[in-house]
Amino acid sequence: MATVPDSSELFSSFGPHLNYTSGLSLETGVEPDALVKTHCCFCGQQCGIQLKVKNNQVIGFEPREDFPFNKGMLCPKGVKRYLQGSHPDRLLSAYTRDPNVPGGFSPLPYDEAINRVAAEIKRIQSTYGNDAFAVLTGASLTTEKAYLMGKFARVALKTANIDYNGRLCMVSAGAGNKKAFGVDRAGNPWSDILGAEVVWISGANIAECAPITTNYVWQARENGAKIIVVDPRITPIARTCDLFLPIKPGRDIALFNGILHLMIENNWIDNEFIARHTTGFNDVAAHVKDWTPKRTAQVTGVSERAIRQAAEWWGEAKTSFLLHARGIEHHSHGVQNVLGAINMVLASGRIGREYCGYATITGQANGQGGREHGQKCDQLPGGRDISNPEHRAFIANIWGVKPEELPGAGVDAYEIFRKVDRGEIKGLLSICFNPKVSLPDNNFIARMLDKLEFYVAIDFFLNETAHHANIVLPGSLQEEDEGTVTQIEGRVIKINKAVESPGAARQDWRIIQDIASGIGRERGFTFNNPGEVFEELRRASKGGIIDYSGITYEKIDRQNGVFWPCPSEDHPGTPRLFEPNSWNPVAKGAGPFYFPDGKARFNVAPYSPPAEDVDEHYPLILTTGRVVSQFLSGTQTRRIGPLVDQYPEPRIEMHPQLAAKLGIEDGDLTLVESRRGNIALKAMVVATIRPDTVFVPYHWAGKRSINQLTISAQDPISKIPEFKVCAVRVTKATGNE
Amino acid sequence: MEFFVDPNRCIGCQACVQACSECETHKGHSMIHLEYVDRAHSVQTAPVVCMHCDSPTCAEVCPADAIKRTADGVVQTARKPRCIACNNCVLACPFGVPKMETEFKLMMKCDMCYDRTSAGKRPMCATVCPSQALFFGTREQIEQLRPRSNAVNRFVFGDQTITTKVNMMVPKYGRAEYVDVTSAMGEQTIGKNITLNILMDGMYNEEDVQ
Repeated sequence: MATVPDSSELFSSFGPHLNYTSGLSLETGVEPDALVKTHCCFCGQQCGIQLKVKNNQVIGFEPREDFPFNKGMLCPKGVKRYLQGSHPDRLLSAYTRDPNVPGGFSPLPYDEAINRVAAEIKRIQSTYGNDAFAVLTGASLTTEKAYLMGKFARVALKTANIDYNGRLCMVSAGAGNKKAFGVDRAGNPWSDILGAEVVWISGANIAECAPITTNYVWQARENGAKIIVVDPRITPIARTCDLFLPIKPGRDIALFNGILHLMIENNWIDNEFIARHTTGFNDVAAHVKDWTPKRTAQVTGVSERAIRQAAEWWGEAKTSFLLHARGIEHHSHGVQNVLGAINMVLASGRIGREYCGYATITGQANGQGGREHGQKCDQLPGGRDISNPEHRAFIANIWGVKPEELPGAGVDAYEIFRKVDRGEIKGLLSICFNPKVSLPDNNFIARMLDKLEFYVAIDFFLNETAHHANIVLPGSLQEEDEGTVTQIEGRVIKINKAVESPGAARQDWRIIQDIASGIGRERGFTFNNPGEVFEELRRASKGGIIDYSGITYEKIDRQNGVFWPCPSEDHPGTPRLFEPNSWNPVAKGAGPFYFPDGKARFNVAPYSPPAEDVDEHYPLILTTGRVVSQFLSGTQTRRIGPLVDQYPEPRIEMHPQLAAKLGIEDGDLTLVESRRGNIALKAMVVATIRPDTVFVPYHWAGKRSINQLTISAQDPISKIPEFKVCAVRVTKATGNE
Repeated sequence: MEFFVDPNRCIGCQACVQACSECETHKGHSMIHLEYVDRAHSVQTAPVVCMHCDSPTCAEVCPADAIKRTADGVVQTARKPRCIACNNCVLACPFGVPKMETEFKLMMKCDMCYDRTSAGKRPMCATVCPSQALFFGTREQIEQLRPRSNAVNRFVFGDQTITTKVNMMVPKYGRAEYVDVTSAMGEQTIGKNITLNILMDGMYNEEDVQ
């Protein structure tokens, strides 16, 4: 058990301090030693960027105009990302918890730290069983590291309990895509947005969370597309849309069902496509019969007129692209929302062709690749299923172990903490995950971290979760290693190394291999570089749905990325899925979708209200999300001065009608309370949000963390938490909060 | 290659502001202004770079003759030896572009990334802009990419008519409607019109107004 040290001392030792341009970065006329072509470290778009390197420091950037996705474009996070390097908060050695020093942590020689970690793993596993030691990972890791983490948990630790922060990100979309298409990847490259007649955007704050995608959407509009945006807020992408549907949070399926109802009623459906390429339409058609425009309007809070207009535009379009993101996915019925959206696409028949597309907008740097090769609790590399005997045998063979030695499916990231509560998990290793900020109802998470007998965190900064660690190991920044990631479109790209890790910090995969060696299980963990990991990953993915076997570093470089599936070295990759005569390893030519009959599945998507609806005690809907200048739990972006200055602290957005009712004016301090916690926030009174809903961004820690209030209700299939809806009350603060 | 500003596309992300401060000639200082027009009512933002006037008011009012325009029409930051930091240019510029950097006692402004553009590169802001509200390219490119807008470079401020090197993209088909979030909820809309008559008459094709 380890409680968090005194916060002011902790802050002065480990930050977050704000880094600004200084020294070499500020000098003019510096001739860089190298301009390294790579990609941004933040979101799933993975914009190309060139890092300017001098004296083993990243001192700035140059736009990278040769990468076809962004052609030089960057958001403010990408522009200032170089300031995470040479940062005063950087962990330069291993640390151990030490209550006797200010700040609560003492430096420790790296080898000694590894020995302590190994000894604790052995102690916990021999006392309580292998599954009592859990691993939490992240989708900002390269695919090589993600693959290694899955292998490390199953082969070195022999624990079932590994899961990752993609659990808070793209799992609803992934589960929905697998149910409907049999495969989990964006159906189309973004270039297919450009010629779509209608672009439908549900629950995606594109301008702030995937800023480069804005240009694709608006270029489509220039080309004549109608843009339909469904969101409880007028986000910057909604400001100039052609039709805005201000949906009540948590009611997306009702809208999708209502639109499908009108499509069927008006015969705005592609009967031939439905007959030839899908199954299950009749059941869905029967189900949506009850979703009349009137009922849809009542449930969604969107006017009937707007619903009819949206259905007509969507229904009559010849080409279209539907995009969604966390807005429909972060729900206790997130998978149903995704299925509802896919039903609309399948009924239109507009998929698998040029300018006819569908995609979720993946959030994290490697949101796609990080969910493919085995760091998910129920998955093995190549998108294989850990419960499938054939899949287990295939991977066991690659890993040189017996199939029966591989553990079975573990539990999701939130359930890991519930297992800590029940005393079933006693030890934890985390990397690339800051659950104390990012998980809902996070006061519970903090208590569970304190309940662990041993916790080791690998990170480059001491994030808020790592405050609870017994041992901290100094990991690497993105620019200190090489490897692949798979971006938003399904394009496998290469991150290139720009600088060496400083001090005793080292590349994450080396740390993992050192731990494996420390517990006497180095076999299979003796890679000399990420390229060797990638070669094994290629073999492990071969023949799987997510087939990387034909991808090489050289080919990525030559083609500026390779879209999977890429089953052989002479295969160029697959930018667009589901093309009419395409081949895949499941259908084997029977049809374009990844089921034995080659047909896509309609799925009945029944409406259910959010887990916690409003009532007289908590009469408002709280919804959460991001701002453009911060990223996820803020471990990196809360340390970059110019980004913090852009939006320094969370505020609560509310409509003037609501503010008037509550007696709150713009800038007033408010008290926001849910059944789980409370927070004091300044009000931002804006007419760009529904009057029954308030919005707070989630990037901050401690008393400024809105996840103190959010609910840990999860989708029963994807286990994604319901970040987008819970019930709160808001009052003007008295000043004593 | 020309510079085109299309405020209709601006998403307020500040990538331009952040990138401008990375420019070699004024590192650490951004020369771009980016403001919400009226955040209480809309997320509309407007980026302002120097419009590089043909007859720059800033230079005309400068008592020290410190502000020069290059042969290719780029109005530059005040010459350090001449600038007396009097603020005349800051007050006089109709677009509100020049900034007085008190730290240096020097008027600084956007010089269209002269170090980059003179070497065949695009300006930093227009290169990174994610929505391409700031665009740098040829007139043929912009006409092909933005068929819904006209490029305008004549502006009227009271009795003063100004023509500029930088172009402003203006919708061909009428003004953007103001939309309140409640309007599609079947409740009363709080309408609001903002009219700024600073653009030349005839910028809209009136017959096309929808």
